[in-house]
Amino acid sequence: MTLSPTRRNVLLLLLALAAALVVIDFGALALGGVHLSLGEVWSGLLGRYPGSEARVIVRDIRLPRILLAMLVGAALAVSGTGLQALLRNPLADPYVLGISSGSALGAIVALWIGGRMASATPLTAFVGAVLTMSWVYFLGRRAGRLSSYTLLLAGVVTASFLSAIILFVLTLLSTRDVRGMAFWLMGDLSVVTDVQIRFLSPAIIIAIVALYAFSKDLNVLLLGEGEAAHLGVNVARVETAVYLLASLLTGLAVSVSGAIGYLGLLVPHLGRMLVGNDHRTLIPTAAFGGAIMLVLSDTLARTAVAPAELPVGAVTAVAGAPVFIYLLRRTSG
Amino acid sequence: MPDPQSSTIQSTAQAAGELIADSVAFRFAQFALSPISLKARAGELTAIIGPNGSGKSTLLEILSGHLKPKAGGVFLDGQNLHALSPRERARKVGLARQDTILLFSFEVQEFVRQGRHPHLGNSLFESPEDDRWVAWALEKTCLQEFAHRRVMEMSSGEFQRAVLARTLAQRPRLVLLDEPTANLDIGYQVEIFRLLRQLAKSENFVGIVVTHELNLAAEMADYVVLLQGGNCLHQGKAEDVFRADLLSRAFRTPVLVDQNPSSGRPRVTWVAP
Repeated sequence: MTLSPTRRNVLLLLLALAAALVVIDFGALALGGVHLSLGEVWSGLLGRYPGSEARVIVRDIRLPRILLAMLVGAALAVSGTGLQALLRNPLADPYVLGISSGSALGAIVALWIGGRMASATPLTAFVGAVLTMSWVYFLGRRAGRLSSYTLLLAGVVTASFLSAIILFVLTLLSTRDVRGMAFWLMGDLSVVTDVQIRFLSPAIIIAIVALYAFSKDLNVLLLGEGEAAHLGVNVARVETAVYLLASLLTGLAVSVSGAIGYLGLLVPHLGRMLVGNDHRTLIPTAAFGGAIMLVLSDTLARTAVAPAELPVGAVTAVAGAPVFIYLLRRTSG
Repeated sequence: MPDPQSSTIQSTAQAAGELIADSVAFRFAQFALSPISLKARAGELTAIIGPNGSGKSTLLEILSGHLKPKAGGVFLDGQNLHALSPRERARKVGLARQDTILLFSFEVQEFVRQGRHPHLGNSLFESPEDDRWVAWALEKTCLQEFAHRRVMEMSSGEFQRAVLARTLAQRPRLVLLDEPTANLDIGYQVEIFRLLRQLAKSENFVGIVVTHELNLAAEMADYVVLLQGGNCLHQGKAEDVFRADLLSRAFRTPVLVDQNPSSGRPRVTWVAP
């Protein structure tokens, strides 16, 4: 199905998606180790009855986590959409250019050094992401500008190399740290601080909006670099900007929550099945779709085996793939 | 061989609708395009023919303003094409090539709509005027019923029409096509060329086609440029350029040239080996 990309349709789409997200958030706030009624959720949000269990659970425990899930889900989905267009490859995901490996290496180094450093993993992870991003950018240039082909190769090679180093460092860690790292590698939304949310929200939202501004260029870029250039697109500028924004979104997401898989690959495709290939409707769909999918997955992760938790990355993989296969069969049948 | 003097180029080019290439030359590592000059008029179809490797596509890229020549200049309606920004150029020059990637399934009308990209300016969305031009382009190429068909599901001939529609939607003053009828059956070949000639006249743009279809070029083109090894062997009306000696030399195989009985235009036939 193709949703015609007019201003009116995009606004309606945003409203519909936002409404769906709010409904799902309410559900997510209600569910957990302790199930709350919607009324309790509402009063917990408004801050009535300070000190009550509902308020503590809703405001201090679940809300930050759900906010993080929305931000990370949106970031990964939009990054995946941007990279699939940049690389003209429907199999691209946010991690194909090595960002998650660089980030993981940053985190694991902090854990290995231990002590005070261990709590600074989001920071070292982000530094790892930025360094990898710069390195791959440098490698991915050919004749002075980014080439999608060279970029993809540079990213894949860097990712493999860093993964090998990560595996090596894993052998140097203590068993407890290895378990913590494993959780991190699969994606973990349980450790979230207010500072993170306060920093992430504007950064992720601005990056997504900035990427959206390139929607019409991304549409043309899908036809090929030569075609795009002949239609007046400043290919070098657009490719660099999209690369930076997509990598930034991935770096931000992965630094706080580890490498949650499948979202960045699946959500853009689900979005395409729903609204078509035009990025003016696809990017908002991916952003909200990613947020919704991660909130749902995280809710499942913390309720399925409560009081224990499943790693959210395992949930996105196990739940996401069958959903995708079902939709794939429905559209191609 | 016609060879316009550069001093008179720009003054004469103020006249409406002309593309002038003034001694454009280029050099790759293995190949050199010698200085070539040509003039193509609006409302007419000019064909560039020649063997593989003669520099046709390179010349086309230079004429589009995209590839900067090592020497010489290209002027459209008196304006130096290489001095324009890519967007300004894309508003005047449409280039249809063979290398469109079709990995993502666009609808035909979305595909044609891309042609309006140079005109969107700072806006993210098309204006009603843009939508009108898209509808017009689909109508001119008889693709209205295909508007919501997926581009990937079209036959090669139908797809070429869509590429033409997208180029038309740009409302260019100069339309360049690189082998638009490669891999098409004879019916589609005739249809595309006929459409091109008709549109060049009705929309008054300069039409330039690189083609291997010698007989179609002879039949439909108002002006022909014959290249070989980076040089212009001859240029002029079809009757002047389609000479057996020239063509046999250029294409390395003996040919005869007679007349197409239905139109009187030159017709090329290769000599049986």
